Amino acid sequence: MPRPGFVLEVDRSTPSIMFWRGENFSLEKLPAGRSRVIYPPEPLEAIKDIDGAIRHALLNPHDQDPLPTQLFPGMKLTIAFDDVSLPLPKMRRPDTRQRVIEAVLDLAAAAGVDDVHLIAALGLHRRMHEYELRHALGDRVYDSFHPRGMLYQHDAEDHDNLAIIGTTDHGEVLEINKRAAESDLIIYVNINSVSMDGGWKSITTGLASYRCLSHHHNPETLENTRSLMGHRHQSALHTSVWRMGKVLKDHGPKIFQIETTLNTDMFPAPFDFLSKREWEWTARDRATFLATTKSLNRTPIKLARKIFHNMEGPHQMTSVQAGDTDAVHKITLEKVYEQQLVDVVGQTDILTMGIPYVCPYNPDGVMNPILVMCMGLGYLFNMYRNKPLVREGGVIIMTHPCYRDFNPVHHPSYIDFFEQVLADTTSPAEMSRKWEKQYAEDEWYKHLYRTGNAYHGVHPFYAWYWGAHGLQHAGKVIIVGGDPATVRRLGFTPASTMDDAFEIASDVVGRDATITHLHAPALLVADVQ
Amino acid sequence: MKRSAPTRLSSVGPLRRAAKVGDAAGAAVQALLKPTKALGFPYRKPSVPKGMIVPPNVSKLGANFETGWARSTPAKAARRMVTNGPMHAFVRAIASPEIVGLDRLADLERMKETPAVIFAPNHHSHVDTPLMITAVPEPWRSNLVIAAAADYFFDKRVKGTLAALTLNAFPIDREVTSRKSSDELRHLVDDGWSLVIFPEGGRSPDGWGQDFKGGAAYLSNRTGAPVIPVFIDGTGSIFGKGMKRPKAGKSKVVFGAPLLPIEDESTRRFNARIEAAVTALGDEALTDYWTARQRAAKGTSPKLTGPEYNGWRRQWALAEHRKLGKAGQRRRQNRRWPDLG
Repeated sequence: MPRPGFVLEVDRSTPSIMFWRGENFSLEKLPAGRSRVIYPPEPLEAIKDIDGAIRHALLNPHDQDPLPTQLFPGMKLTIAFDDVSLPLPKMRRPDTRQRVIEAVLDLAAAAGVDDVHLIAALGLHRRMHEYELRHALGDRVYDSFHPRGMLYQHDAEDHDNLAIIGTTDHGEVLEINKRAAESDLIIYVNINSVSMDGGWKSITTGLASYRCLSHHHNPETLENTRSLMGHRHQSALHTSVWRMGKVLKDHGPKIFQIETTLNTDMFPAPFDFLSKREWEWTARDRATFLATTKSLNRTPIKLARKIFHNMEGPHQMTSVQAGDTDAVHKITLEKVYEQQLVDVVGQTDILTMGIPYVCPYNPDGVMNPILVMCMGLGYLFNMYRNKPLVREGGVIIMTHPCYRDFNPVHHPSYIDFFEQVLADTTSPAEMSRKWEKQYAEDEWYKHLYRTGNAYHGVHPFYAWYWGAHGLQHAGKVIIVGGDPATVRRLGFTPASTMDDAFEIASDVVGRDATITHLHAPALLVADVQ
Repeated sequence: MKRSAPTRLSSVGPLRRAAKVGDAAGAAVQALLKPTKALGFPYRKPSVPKGMIVPPNVSKLGANFETGWARSTPAKAARRMVTNGPMHAFVRAIASPEIVGLDRLADLERMKETPAVIFAPNHHSHVDTPLMITAVPEPWRSNLVIAAAADYFFDKRVKGTLAALTLNAFPIDREVTSRKSSDELRHLVDDGWSLVIFPEGGRSPDGWGQDFKGGAAYLSNRTGAPVIPVFIDGTGSIFGKGMKRPKAGKSKVVFGAPLLPIEDESTRRFNARIEAAVTALGDEALTDYWTARQRAAKGTSPKLTGPEYNGWRRQWALAEHRKLGKAGQRRRQNRRWPDLG
């Protein structure tokens, strides 16, 4: 029986706590008497017969007819699926998407459906490499569909292949992939790692155009998104997305949503100690930690990155549900919370967090400084329900080397964003006004996005906006162990050690400030009362 | 005349002498045997009482070949060395296998106690056995028993011993349904040994497949062990039945999803399902997954047993069929550029 998450009050007997530091870790001693650590729940038991559960979900959907009755010869069927940004780290083969899509294809074959297209729902993310598609879908599906041109990746800049479905009562235009729009049925295959994902967000962002995305991916909406991972009514982003979902439901093609949840068994042996509570580390775990950190200190960064990105998580499916998007997503959220929710009483003055080597926007790539900000203020800061873990005006302390390093293939516009935009302003509203259009419409970035493996030119803006609420909420952001010049360019304060960071933070929150550490891995959502 | 008479007499003399020597030797042997004769049973064969029938001697070859020792720890260690060393190198050199579909076994692998399974591949060549042994992933590879034809592999003591040691072969009778063989195989599965059973019963005589026999389905029904359908492509051209020596080529091993008997499913029906699964995998190996699924759904998957007609047209169709698979892919030849001076 997995143990639930809990809050540890740090006293003098508490051992040092593990923090991520990019492609390495460190142990930090938190001040006794005023610190607490939030530990995530242990991984839930995975479904035993996963393929059986998928088949059951397809045959017994929520608020819709069984999938076989919706399939018929001569129909246009489009299967869209989440891209490489999920799950993290990538899961051991077979990936959930492969399992679900093979089960769907079995039913489609039995129903005599010939016209089947598979589309990677990228939104403005980078195109997946062949090995990533093979990993997500399996060689069988890839070899069957890709050579025939029936497996491809969504292109948000291919205006000939985009179609407008309608406009919301707020004037938001819903424009999605034309093939999907003209299909008799869209089957969306989703992996819900965090509660922010899934529901109507899957199609209205994954298969949408830049024009469509810009309605909710903007500073104003994201500053008003007061709980990205929590209740939908507190999220301006989700409110906008759900409005578009209504347009899609009323005027778009029929949608059969398949959502899945994973447990948080994220790291394979010998790195499984990362998810353990420090006082439960065995002699072997301690030896592994020491050997790993010492050797990573001497490992070239490119090799260290390769080691980490090659890791495959043992996480497995904990639930699968299919049918009507709203009905399905409601159950999915319950399942995600069942795995990730931890009750926390009261806010804190200082929130600490270790930033890992990966975020949704750098699978198999470099965690550049903009992504460090996005991961810290956009994701980890937002891992709450009701109200933020840190009080308004509090301090956020992150640990990461924050090197000035970019992947020019994946993040070409990020390099210019760092050098040009951040040199000018770190204000989301101002950069949106002054710079966003130029980057979004840059022909070279569009070309790299459409033909290479680059994120869209506007993507660094979106990554920055993702942290807009955190940026607005926090009184100060400190990065421990980061390259000082790079950290200052981000508008944050560098610190050499955690003690230095607490000292710097005391200028803002006083000497007796309370500290809360968000322990990662694994994933957790703090239900702050 | 006077000259020939002494010659004849001189030639008779030695013969008589030889006869006398022979008689003396015979008498000496008789004299030696006389005491044993007198001693009787147990120094001599016992007499059979009237009305009694002596059962025939049971041969220790064939299906009765004792192979229990081959599953002892020292034999396992020796076999592991053979499997991971020379056998692996041999298979790579001669068959260059491409192994796909192992992800279908992932659910069994992640179970706390990995269950014993029954691998059911089609059979074209002697290469199939070492190919399967090297293609099957751990943890099954270390605990793999090959069901081998008793009349072929265990007809000589040396041959049987080698087969048991290197392949962990277990004799099964192809000609008669032997309860002893099936009971022992059942016990092996219960003890955690996985099996490779070629349901066709033997190598293909003409390059096309044969109808499946029910051994794998029967054992699965009795033991609850899942059956893993496997399709092997290309080995028929490497060392098919009738070939005098092997010819290096390419091969492909496609593992299918585990099959379990449905409640109240007869062995015959389950066997038909296993055959259909291997047939679909064969189609997948030669075309692609989606085409194979579509054809399987319509019931139009090309049969393993080939076309119905006989004669030259069947062989002609075989050549066309092989072109689609691994046998149609030639290994890269060392290109010889012309000497242009």
